[in-house]
Amino acid sequence: MDKDTLDEHFVDEVAHEDAPILKPILYTSKRFYTVVFILVVIILIGVLAWIFQLRKGLGITGLNQPIFWGFYITNFVFFIGISHAGTLISAILRLARAEWRRAITRSAEVITVLVLFFGVFNIITDLGQPGRMFKVFTDGKLSSPLLWDVLSISLYLAASAIYLYLPLIPDIALMRDKFKSKTKRLFYRILALNWKGTEKQWAILEKAISIMAVVVIPVAVSVHTVVSYVFAMTIQPMWHSTIFGPYFVTGAIFSGIAALIIAMYFIRRSYHLEDYLKPIHFNNLGLLLLVMSLLWFYFTFTENLTAFYGAEPAHLTVFWSKFIGGYAPYFWTMVGSCFVIPLVILSNRRTRTVTGTTIASVSVIIGMWLERFTIVLPTLINPRLPYEKGMYHPTWIEFAVTAGCFATFILLYVLFTKFFPIVSIWEVKEGKEIGVKETEERIKSYLPGKEKENLK
Amino acid sequence: MPRWGMVIDLDRCTACQACVVACKAENNIPFSSPKEAGRRRIISWMRVLPMMEGEYPNLRERFIPRPCMHCDNPPCVKVCPVGATYKNKEGLIAQVYTQCIGCRYCTNNCPYTLKYFNWFRPEWPEEMENYLNPDVSIRSKGVVEKCTFCHHRLQKAREKARAENRELKEEDYIPACVQTCPTDAIYFGDLDDSKSKVAQLARSPRAFRLLEELGTEPKVYYLSEGEWHG
Repeated sequence: MDKDTLDEHFVDEVAHEDAPILKPILYTSKRFYTVVFILVVIILIGVLAWIFQLRKGLGITGLNQPIFWGFYITNFVFFIGISHAGTLISAILRLARAEWRRAITRSAEVITVLVLFFGVFNIITDLGQPGRMFKVFTDGKLSSPLLWDVLSISLYLAASAIYLYLPLIPDIALMRDKFKSKTKRLFYRILALNWKGTEKQWAILEKAISIMAVVVIPVAVSVHTVVSYVFAMTIQPMWHSTIFGPYFVTGAIFSGIAALIIAMYFIRRSYHLEDYLKPIHFNNLGLLLLVMSLLWFYFTFTENLTAFYGAEPAHLTVFWSKFIGGYAPYFWTMVGSCFVIPLVILSNRRTRTVTGTTIASVSVIIGMWLERFTIVLPTLINPRLPYEKGMYHPTWIEFAVTAGCFATFILLYVLFTKFFPIVSIWEVKEGKEIGVKETEERIKSYLPGKEKENLK
Repeated sequence: MPRWGMVIDLDRCTACQACVVACKAENNIPFSSPKEAGRRRIISWMRVLPMMEGEYPNLRERFIPRPCMHCDNPPCVKVCPVGATYKNKEGLIAQVYTQCIGCRYCTNNCPYTLKYFNWFRPEWPEEMENYLNPDVSIRSKGVVEKCTFCHHRLQKAREKARAENRELKEEDYIPACVQTCPTDAIYFGDLDDSKSKVAQLARSPRAFRLLEELGTEPKVYYLSEGEWHG
């Protein structure tokens, strides 16, 4: 971007070095509008399907007796899983003082906050009487794991929204000060909460961010544990499992990292942020993804071997319908795309590139949706008493609502990038100014020899 | 307080399905079109389950009439997030249609898969609407329902007993399936009253309950086939 066009929008040239980050907020390409148009069309179809379902009843979906849960509950678990991208990963990286986090934390945190709404929306869509949903607050019964979900997810939503907002404040203030346009300045002034960047304010902010980073981790872990409890607390074969808590949390972080890599890939390409989201970021996240893939496989293996070896008839029926029965195509696709494909791509340094990790991530996202699907369905297909075996053929309603959820999520994400810097300006700057020196001194402190000064 | 329970004598049951029909008429259960039936949306609080045992050529088919088990330890109750299904003082598992949010968690945690969901708003042919039972409320779409042991009959019987200034007797309260069974295969009464017929039959060596090993403590007992099976 040249100097003149920048001057059109900014009062001084301080922001010039961060121009690539600010560019998406200033300019909107034709391609952007095309993307938005396509998304809006998909959303409208989804909304239409949803209205149709609200009017007629859940009968127009493919759900039936005994397949009481299908796409919507799968989506619920899937979206809540994706939400672990942001807050958890960014919090862990922040606490671990991983310097490479600086350019990626924001894009991760946005995923968390936005995607949570779609998890909640899918639960509401699944209700037969969505108008009565507030009864969970007025008449809630703590004995039900669904209520644990309500509490845990609400807390998580609040915590991760704060955790997204806090590090945004200095960047919002920057835009408030630099923009020439009055309306824009007003918008950012309201959001900047009178941030002046005084030493005291910085101290409070840094403290608040580190407190939130600590708080958010147990909350995030509890969220997906409790989601798994919805299944694990029942007495249904292959739902009633003690490892579901950690299994679901692992799957959540796994799919979360994958979603983050995909988001970063598109941000990097569309907004030309190659200098910020570098191959090293993809490499590091790719390694994390690989670790999670192995962990995920370990859990899947344990879970299924236990059911198989124990050979209780009710469990075995479910097991076989996954392994060789009607759900085998989904199950084996899941094993391939959650384990085999990422393992092959990510364990080789030459394929652990930007494109490579992105392909692995797309594969993981598909696989993790199927994982949720093959957990929800095979159990319901096989009732304990000798009824007819269940069957589930989702209709266009479920497909449209699901596509609508994805499209709305992407649209909101894209819109976020048009109002706020998707790479944290001050954190990158801090990395350049303080991080480099601090890291060097930290490394020195690990090594033999006298320390020059006490490090904070 | 009585503890209402049921005993079904499989030796007497001919699988004629009269109980199924009586239940549907009594409890305003909507008809199902062949199309919806094919999609497995039939609501049937009482169902006769065919159970195949053995392998060809040594096959044996049993028929098990299956109402709600009214478990003493009901898995459906504890998972309900809004208390729409609960165990009342007499041990009956009640379902409050106006409270149900339709999440179907209870249907999924019932090991007997005997709770039903209203996929659509219930409808009847016009000429049938005048024959609906005024004592049983019509359910709206999107809520869960199941066998109540004809709880409305208990309420009526209790009112009648009060009007006649006497205690409620066991024979005052009979669910529709019990009343209609042509072979008297179903018994109903107070399981806690050791002199009652159901309590005696429930102690019979022939007595068993469905999926007893899950610890749900169902209040529906079955008497296994004995002399009539070759």
